[in-house]
Amino acid sequence: MSTTVEPWVVLSFCAVIFFIGFAGVLIRRNILIVFMCIELMLNAVNLTFVTFSKQLHHMGGQMAVFFIITVAAAESAVGLGILITMFRTLKSVDTDQIQLLRE
Amino acid sequence: MDISPIFFYFFAGLAIACSLAVVLKTNPVASAFSLVLTFFAFAGIYALLDAHLVAALQIFVYAGAIMVLFIFVIMLLNADVPSFDLGRSHILVRFLSGVLCLAVLGLFVWSFKNGHLASPTADFTPERIEAAGGNTQVLSELLFSEYILPFELTSVLLLSAIVGAVALAKRKQGILKT
Repeated sequence: MSTTVEPWVVLSFCAVIFFIGFAGVLIRRNILIVFMCIELMLNAVNLTFVTFSKQLHHMGGQMAVFFIITVAAAESAVGLGILITMFRTLKSVDTDQIQLLRE
Repeated sequence: MDISPIFFYFFAGLAIACSLAVVLKTNPVASAFSLVLTFFAFAGIYALLDAHLVAALQIFVYAGAIMVLFIFVIMLLNADVPSFDLGRSHILVRFLSGVLCLAVLGLFVWSFKNGHLASPTADFTPERIEAAGGNTQVLSELLFSEYILPFELTSVLLLSAIVGAVALAKRKQGILKT
């Protein structure tokens, strides 16, 4: 067993996590889980940034992660607020129920 | 990269298993707790990659703040819904989208493996970061010098997010009420 991990293994791991989150957004109908999968995708991208930061000896990657975490926190606060409003209006967290514009 | 393979594969396996559980569990609370474990595994990988501040922030912000928010909302709503929708689309559509997803993933992995990775472009080597006082010191000095404008803009973003969240959640009757 080698004593180190190649960068492409770490990057591929990030891609796998990203696609798990992506698949979750596509196949789940509970909007809470869709939110969680979006967080999963954001995390995968963060890890890609940190990997490149380590590989390229550049701190910009970790700086980007810092700001992405802030934006993700703001996004989930507003998103969960929207979700509560949606639940009050529709009495459901099913994404297929969001069709008021169609009526 | 000089990181320990045992720890990396442990955390990576944990993260993949838990993120699959997030997608596949039907109970939202189980998904949320799997997500917490995923975040902890990610924090472990950040620490392996010498990003100590990011690892700490990951636990504080994601596993702490965001997940508490999620758990609160799950318990507030208390909604049991059938949450998988695999049965409603055509089988050919499902098959094609699965194949397409795997193909794009394969393309990513192939290009990561065979692509040429650029050589270091800046001089933040681990030795120099260590000499300058460690990862947190270097990051915070950068944050308050080179990245001061995005840092200040972040505060505006957070303020507007607070105002937006309060305005959305406070409303007694939904604007969409029919």
